[in-house]
Amino acid sequence: MTGLILSWSVWAALVVLAMAFLLTVWRVVKGPTLADRVVALDMLTGIVIGFIALIAIRTGFTLYIDIAISLGLVGFLATVAFARFILSRGRPARPKPAELAEALLAPAATRKKKTDTKRKGGTGPAVRRKGGK
Amino acid sequence: MIAGLLDLLTALLVLSGAAFALVAAIGLVRLPDLYTRMHAASKAGTVGSGLLLLAVGVHSAELPVLARALAGFFFFVLTAPVSAHLLAMAAHKVGYRLCEQSIRDDMND
Repeated sequence: MTGLILSWSVWAALVVLAMAFLLTVWRVVKGPTLADRVVALDMLTGIVIGFIALIAIRTGFTLYIDIAISLGLVGFLATVAFARFILSRGRPARPKPAELAEALLAPAATRKKKTDTKRKGGTGPAVRRKGGK
Repeated sequence: MIAGLLDLLTALLVLSGAAFALVAAIGLVRLPDLYTRMHAASKAGTVGSGLLLLAVGVHSAELPVLARALAGFFFFVLTAPVSAHLLAMAAHKVGYRLCEQSIRDDMND
């Protein structure tokens, strides 16, 4: 009876982990920046460790625990290396395409002219000249 | 009796671990920002894989296997915050911005 419960719960956990795996793969494919993809890959390693643990329960080979631990070590080192790579690449995040298109498509007059609220309270040479007159 | 109890405990650990992994994946997809995604993946994801490893140790009912599973859990709990903080620090230093809903950025002074 309890063996049946365990078998069914392992199957359910396999299905749930497969859904989590697919969601994470979607983030890896879609992820707008490199760092998003690195985070998703780190998460993918954790999910694969969960898969390995479930296979260990189903088959009874406890040697799979060592494989899971070594996979966790490799995933940790890969994330650290990717973090160093992001740091050394040093490219700032690009503006979103929508903002960029808005800035480029705006007419030159509205781009250059400041609004009145921004104009107030300046201490530059133009304001000083106006005050002198 | 004991074996049945261990089976039930293993089933509970397996289901909760898989649920944690699913919650982490949903957070990874739905949260708006690199840093919030990192918060979902590094906490819930670590607990999910750790609980599944613990389930293997409980299911085997042997002390060495349980000790190895606990060592793996401890190792994951130790390394996940290190990698997450390193990645967040690198991304913030390079200039990945926070999402629009963020209220304040303590590292930006």
